[in-house]
Amino acid sequence: MKLQKLRLLVIKNTIKIALVGQPNVGKSMLINSISNARLKVGNFSGVTVSKEQVFFDYKNFHIEIVDLPGAYSLNDYTIEEKVTKDFLNNEKYDIILNVLDSTNLQRNLLLTAELLTLDKKMIIALNMSDEAEKESILIDEIQLSKILGKPCIKTSAAKKSGITKLLDEILLKFQSQKVPSKFFFSAVIEEEIENISRVLEENKYETTETYRQISLGLLKENKNIYKQFHDEPIWIKIQPILTEAFEHLFIHFNSKNIKDIFNEERFAFAKGAAIETVKQKSTNAATLTERFDAILIHKFFGLPIFLFFMWGLFQLTFTIGNIPMEIIDSFFAAIIDHTKEFLGDNEFSSIIADGAISGVGSVVLFLPNIVILFFGIALLETTGYMSRVAFLLDGFFHKFGLHGKSFIPLVTGFGCSVPAYMAARTLKNERDRLLTLFIIGFMSCGARLPIYVLFVGAFFSESNAGNILFLIYISGAIFGLIAAKVLKIVVFKSEDEPFVMEMPKYRLPSFRLIYHTVSNQAKMYLKKAGTYILAASLLIWFASNYPKHLEIEHSYNEKIELAINPDEKINLKNELSQYNLEHSYLGYIGKYSEPLFQPLGFDWKMTIALETGLAAKEIVISTLSILYGLGSENNESSSSLMEKIKSNITIESAISFIVFVMIYLPCLAASMVFVRESGNWKYLAYLFIFTTISAWLLSFVAYNISKFIVT
Amino acid sequence: MTLNQLKINESATITSINCDEILKDRLYSFGISKGIKVTIVEFTLTKSTIEIKVNQSKIALRLNEAAKIEVTRD
Repeated sequence: MKLQKLRLLVIKNTIKIALVGQPNVGKSMLINSISNARLKVGNFSGVTVSKEQVFFDYKNFHIEIVDLPGAYSLNDYTIEEKVTKDFLNNEKYDIILNVLDSTNLQRNLLLTAELLTLDKKMIIALNMSDEAEKESILIDEIQLSKILGKPCIKTSAAKKSGITKLLDEILLKFQSQKVPSKFFFSAVIEEEIENISRVLEENKYETTETYRQISLGLLKENKNIYKQFHDEPIWIKIQPILTEAFEHLFIHFNSKNIKDIFNEERFAFAKGAAIETVKQKSTNAATLTERFDAILIHKFFGLPIFLFFMWGLFQLTFTIGNIPMEIIDSFFAAIIDHTKEFLGDNEFSSIIADGAISGVGSVVLFLPNIVILFFGIALLETTGYMSRVAFLLDGFFHKFGLHGKSFIPLVTGFGCSVPAYMAARTLKNERDRLLTLFIIGFMSCGARLPIYVLFVGAFFSESNAGNILFLIYISGAIFGLIAAKVLKIVVFKSEDEPFVMEMPKYRLPSFRLIYHTVSNQAKMYLKKAGTYILAASLLIWFASNYPKHLEIEHSYNEKIELAINPDEKINLKNELSQYNLEHSYLGYIGKYSEPLFQPLGFDWKMTIALETGLAAKEIVISTLSILYGLGSENNESSSSLMEKIKSNITIESAISFIVFVMIYLPCLAASMVFVRESGNWKYLAYLFIFTTISAWLLSFVAYNISKFIVT
Repeated sequence: MTLNQLKINESATITSINCDEILKDRLYSFGISKGIKVTIVEFTLTKSTIEIKVNQSKIALRLNEAAKIEVTRD
């Protein structure tokens, strides 16, 4: 009994708030200021765009805020808008907190007008009030409250003003009785609503909804309401009234499109509300944003400036990112050594050290680069510069069937495909996003560099190596653009998605928000990629170590014991490991699939290297070095590995190999992230088939052309 | 005339939007609608994309889309 009472109390005191607003109104910053340090963030994902939840306590109430993705209106145009719309229509919540940008009230009120028709408890936060003040925009929030029938509170997330007032208003609203939302239409429509309502009233029509809602639904041509009425006798009485109503509206609005008519109503409402409550001293002076834009999106300077920024970001990623890399690398090497020492030389120690720790370590190694890259991207996004770049590049990208916003994920792909797939989220349209996801792999990632360095170093003169490397990267990008064009024509053939995008004001990003985003991304990278890599490492370890051939191992061990010359010992050891690898599951697969790659000039060793490379490109090098009988300590800088490769592989096979590495699947971690971002396993199958076939065909062409030139 | 025929810094008022519902809704949610005044801010070098000013918002759109918006010059 007591427990029940207690539970009731708990339920009563929990307030669930849906935070809704257009993009770039400072929603995330507001949520940060409201919940302050008590922040506890949990992600629960929608399809791909996640809503964030924040919990905290205020004056004996437990407040739960759901931060819905920014939406210009409640259509299904973007995934964000769909997530927001579905949440508002289907989920349970107590209050809508609608955040508006005070400096752009009229357009923001369009969404508010839509929210009003949902008929829920609602509070309006007029955010960025400090900015509005600076631009001498005066808003009469009391008058606005009267017009909207909802409390309006001026807030500034940046200056942390109005936050307490907002919280108190939330408690007040929660405890008060709900009043029906009033959204008054123009007299013409209101009259028709009344006419239909009267018929319903006269016939005492039974319903759970209000007569006003039903009348409005009929006028809006809401299919569900029509279905509801279809078999009712009252329909005969309503029909003539409705027909007459439509005729009136068509004449009055000079349009036969009922949707247009209601949109126009909403527009008039927003405009009216803004005119009545906003006073702005008109100034002709260019705003700061306009002055910035004069340079940043300049016809001629815009693109070079952008390229400079990108160059800078990559310099940072690879120069600063490499400093902690060495520390992390030696850290993991030390752990591996200690583990082996501690556990002794046995299977268990090998699976932990060589399998789990080294696999996870190779992922953690890239964390610094990822953090820097994401910091740069967060900076691009929160300042509003990203929209400008999309604007500058859209024309060029559009020629290849890509969207202007695709550039961020593509450029990120030169660093690592994992964050690149994640960056593709900025693309709103599903098909554009998928197309971009499909060609990200064409941008050669950092992990492929060691392979290029090894092969280019082995077959080309030192003076030429740099140019060849540059050529590899550029041709990868060009292949990518061509692939985009082909995919667009063949697979993703659809109407071109329109490019309509807001160019938000330039704003200084808040340090806390950036820190929050970057650390979140870093955590996700470690958690998600780390778990997948762990599983993959164990699998690869197993496949390359089993089945065991004890007899042969035994006889080799005897030979090693007997050998006197240390060189001979090493040779025998290498022979043993080569035999073991050749007769491991991995070896069987390599031998079995060798015929598939023979036309490209690969032997079974190169085939296995490519196959293990599916897990991670770093493994290609270590696989090659084991297979060519060198043991696994060698890296790409070792001249003896280069020599071995030079003597075992022909130049045309090497070129063909490079081309294949350029194009096929990046790695397991990236593939898993790809599945998550594309939302379906079947796309990974498509991606695998598409990249493998393109890689095979282009390698085949490269092999035969270079063979022709060489001979 | 249509929006794409205007030059930089020219202003005009929208008289009608001739496109499918989806794009119309999109334009609408950005505040682009009949009777609204727009100003051209910038073209890209390839003349494929334009930036327009609508009230306090700045919107980028392709020339293809701009061609669907009928305007009269102020």
